[in-house]
Amino acid sequence: MFSDFTAAELTAIFAMQGFAGLILFAVFVLMALGLAIIFGQMKVINMAHGEFMILGAYVTYLTSNAFAQHLPDIFGYYFLFAMVLAFLAAAALGALVEWGMIRFLYHRPLDTLLATWGLSLVMQQSYRSLFGAREVGVVIPDWLRGSYKITDMVEVPISGLFVMAVALAATVIVGLLMYRSRWGKQVRAVVQDRPMAGAVGINTARVDRMTFALGCGIAGIAGSAFTMISSTGPSSGQAYIVDTFLVVVFGGATSLMGTVASAFTISQSQSMLEFFIGGSMAKVMTLLAVVIILMFRPQGLFTLKVRR
Amino acid sequence: MPFNSFRDFMSRQDVLAFAVLAVLLIVILPLTLDVMRLNQAGKFLAFGFVAIGLVLCWGYGGILSLGQGVFYGLGGYAMAMFLKLEASTPENTSIQSTPGIPDFMDWNRITELPWFWVPFESFTLSLIAIVVVPSIFAYLIGVAMFKRRVSGVYFAIITQSIAAIMTILIIGQQGFTGGVNGITDLRTLLGWDINTDFADYVLYFVCVALLFVCLFIGQFILKSKVGRVLVAMRGSEDRVRFSGYDVANFKIFVFCTGAAFAGIGGAMFTLQEGFMSPSFVGVVPSIEMVIFCAVGGRLSLVGAVYGALLVNLAKTTFGEAFPELWLFAMGLIFIGVVLGLPNGVAGLYNSYAAGPVDKVLDRLFGSENSDGLKLSQQGATS
Repeated sequence: MFSDFTAAELTAIFAMQGFAGLILFAVFVLMALGLAIIFGQMKVINMAHGEFMILGAYVTYLTSNAFAQHLPDIFGYYFLFAMVLAFLAAAALGALVEWGMIRFLYHRPLDTLLATWGLSLVMQQSYRSLFGAREVGVVIPDWLRGSYKITDMVEVPISGLFVMAVALAATVIVGLLMYRSRWGKQVRAVVQDRPMAGAVGINTARVDRMTFALGCGIAGIAGSAFTMISSTGPSSGQAYIVDTFLVVVFGGATSLMGTVASAFTISQSQSMLEFFIGGSMAKVMTLLAVVIILMFRPQGLFTLKVRR
Repeated sequence: MPFNSFRDFMSRQDVLAFAVLAVLLIVILPLTLDVMRLNQAGKFLAFGFVAIGLVLCWGYGGILSLGQGVFYGLGGYAMAMFLKLEASTPENTSIQSTPGIPDFMDWNRITELPWFWVPFESFTLSLIAIVVVPSIFAYLIGVAMFKRRVSGVYFAIITQSIAAIMTILIIGQQGFTGGVNGITDLRTLLGWDINTDFADYVLYFVCVALLFVCLFIGQFILKSKVGRVLVAMRGSEDRVRFSGYDVANFKIFVFCTGAAFAGIGGAMFTLQEGFMSPSFVGVVPSIEMVIFCAVGGRLSLVGAVYGALLVNLAKTTFGEAFPELWLFAMGLIFIGVVLGLPNGVAGLYNSYAAGPVDKVLDRLFGSENSDGLKLSQQGATS
């Protein structure tokens, strides 16, 4: 499949596809981070994660409209407010869901999967009733438009760079929270040995709720960033959910580095293959490869020894 | 014979449950529904096959598969491919540039029947494929996963991914599979028109008959030693393993059985619906199949059939009346069943109605307990 192209073309193709893959990587990382800390700590599979992401996207959409109407002077910076609001909205809803539903199901992980799927349906329909079935897009501020030309054939969109910056910042903040803060220490203690963590005075129920809320909040930020590269519809979240789960499982579920590494591998291979064999086959090949690797290495790429 | 007596195979309550279901499906529904609704009920029952399989896998085996749609689809497509080939005789397709191949292949400029379509020219091979292809596929997945002790949530996610892969593949390979429209325009089965009212009646009863075959197979599995081991595994897998059983083999067996049932269901669905499409294969339909099982009761074979009937009935009536509210209702059913009714409708029956029904049965036929005791003693002495 390479013989049809010259060396220069191939380099350009790989650079472009590689960059497209990097944007996909950023979205995967943002989506998977939240899922990974929830799954890693509580063994809860949150099927509604995509819908939390879409919540963030809709919050961004509303903020952009509100700024355009009431604060047109600082419209260029609405995005920063929107991200904070998206985080808060998704985190608040996450805490509510944990309190109202998830905490009754901790000893039945497979059932949380079904219950959160039900939640995702309810959320999807709520979006459809509130915002209509049509996809909505936000007005991208001027400073995020356009693209940056590296060579004649290679162009990078600035919005893509911005999404990557957001993903990087989110990863660093989550990393700091997990490995440098008191709360992170508590989370890691609960992951390693829940009864023992409780015995030394950690309020595990509170840690759970905070983790769930944080995970959902990050999904909200992911949704906010998502509006930069794509429009939002009520069921956009579902399109990403299978990939994101695979990213988390492939990465080893409890390791932050693993999640990032697996998001990188999956997004790059998908994006590279896309150019040569088309989008749907690229996706099939990538997912298939991941599933086959998982069959041989069910614990994922990176693992953490955990007492069960 | 693995059972000492009939009682060991089916308790009186089981017999009653099977009999009530039989009366409902064989007598009441055909007498009260017009032919269109009956055909619809038949399609719901096709999902009942999957739900029965899920009772075995999930309820007893503890394996939650979110990819049952794949097996349903394999069975359904196997049937659809046979019917499509029958409908695409060279005479019927003479306007095509390549007569004798299905129309969608011609549209996609394929000039020869692909190799994996060739076996489906034979009716016998197609019937075998309906059961065997899903089983083999399930066997491969099962060996790869269970031998490596992948279970629980991981298994659920991987099967879900397989369902996603399958849909993308079917939609992407339009020329070989009919793409997103699926395989449509199916007319006859061995020359017999499947779209008449009479055919609908016949297919409905065939579906019910096969459903009962599957129910009895399921009952047999659950009451035999395999069922005991499954229940033990669900309780504590390690203990069973340490007692010398190969846990993986039992899981593979029950997963394959569930897949085979799903395949039969898919084939019956194709026959009654008149087409097969990827919309019955993917992630969403696969999870819906799990909810049929959850609503009916994950520990009750008969309950699963009711679950498939009830949820689909709600879906059609509710969906026709308030299409925008259906997703809400479906979501709330999911949450409500999981939080409030983990054992579904069958669980409700067991906790409220089973006692009184037992008393009535006692009055009619004498007490079962003393009876059962006597039988088991006989079994022990003989």
